[in-house]
Amino acid sequence: MADIIDIISSFAIPAFIFVVLVYGHLNGVSVYDSFVEGAKEGFVTAVKVLPYMVAMFVAISIFRASGAMDILISVISPVTEFLGIPAQILPLVIMRPMSGIASTGILAELFKVYGPDSFIGRVASTVMGSTETIFYTLSIYFGAVGIKRIRYTLWAALLAEMVGLIASVGVCSIVFGR
Amino acid sequence: MCSIVESNIICIKKKAAEKVRPMVNIVWILLILIGLVVAAFNGKIEAVTQAALDNAKYAVELCFGLIGVYALWLGLMKVAEEAGLVKKVSQKMQGVMRFLFTDIPARHPAIGAITMNIIANMLGLGNAATPLGIKAMRELQELNPHKDRATDAMCMFLVINTSSVQLIPATVVALRSTAGSSNPTEIIGTVFIATVCSTAAGIIAAKILQRYY
Repeated sequence: MADIIDIISSFAIPAFIFVVLVYGHLNGVSVYDSFVEGAKEGFVTAVKVLPYMVAMFVAISIFRASGAMDILISVISPVTEFLGIPAQILPLVIMRPMSGIASTGILAELFKVYGPDSFIGRVASTVMGSTETIFYTLSIYFGAVGIKRIRYTLWAALLAEMVGLIASVGVCSIVFGR
Repeated sequence: MCSIVESNIICIKKKAAEKVRPMVNIVWILLILIGLVVAAFNGKIEAVTQAALDNAKYAVELCFGLIGVYALWLGLMKVAEEAGLVKKVSQKMQGVMRFLFTDIPARHPAIGAITMNIIANMLGLGNAATPLGIKAMRELQELNPHKDRATDAMCMFLVINTSSVQLIPATVVALRSTAGSSNPTEIIGTVFIATVCSTAAGIIAAKILQRYY
């Protein structure tokens, strides 16, 4: 199991690059030119993210430096420990369904404090990658066609997110060890 | 609100962002205010000031560190988009879709739009995914007898969309590499397994709940 996951991790990006370039070339795309065209957006995107990053980083670092984060963690850790989730990732879990950029900031701060290769860093990465900004997405798509009664959609989506969270911790424990 | 010059999709995104912003706003204010009060009690006011200044600086360095990986990734995404990769993969997925969306008639254009949106999401092509998703919702709305109430297909589509299987979580990989990880891509496999679990849970929940709601 862990071996297969390892192989997926190592080969996903090279395989994707290979497929995209070969498929693009065979379909008459001027691959180099359109790559450069897309790459231009890299700078713009990073600059667009910057103010959100600063806002979130400052807020969460104040919260952490004051000692409030330690208090929060010690209060909630009995509950999160019961579920097997590291209490340190709770701010990420709360922010994730609300805002993609804000949760990216929280993830980056966790990397800075615990390191991306720590267990917390790996679980946080997996949680971030496997969940979505539920509230925003539902708002876009239901808003676009004027649906008001969304029935069970939010509950099913939140349940899926919870399962993703627990699965993230489980898979990381198996693959990386605690 | 939205001006006339703005395209429809930007306008829809803006409206959605306005609904979500109050939530983020509250969390942000609480983090800072609680932090400041606790710092005053703990005698850590100076540490807090220092942390705020240092981290503002670090956040900027981090964003500049992201430029390279973003450029690489967005370059590839452009090639994938122009090659029509999403459409190609979608054509192979139609069978699975018919199982999930039993209430959409065969050959209805909604199926195509839904599939392409899901594939675009899996590949991390967020910008390409949104217009396809909105198109899918409009097609589904045509089939909807009660225009303000979501159909089973809409609910299923959005549950899959919000728990979507990620083939390559590009932003996370980029952040990890910028933060100095010795193996930034090692989480691709774990993300994949975790999203398979969450998507499966979402589909099962939607299939069960649609009978009672």
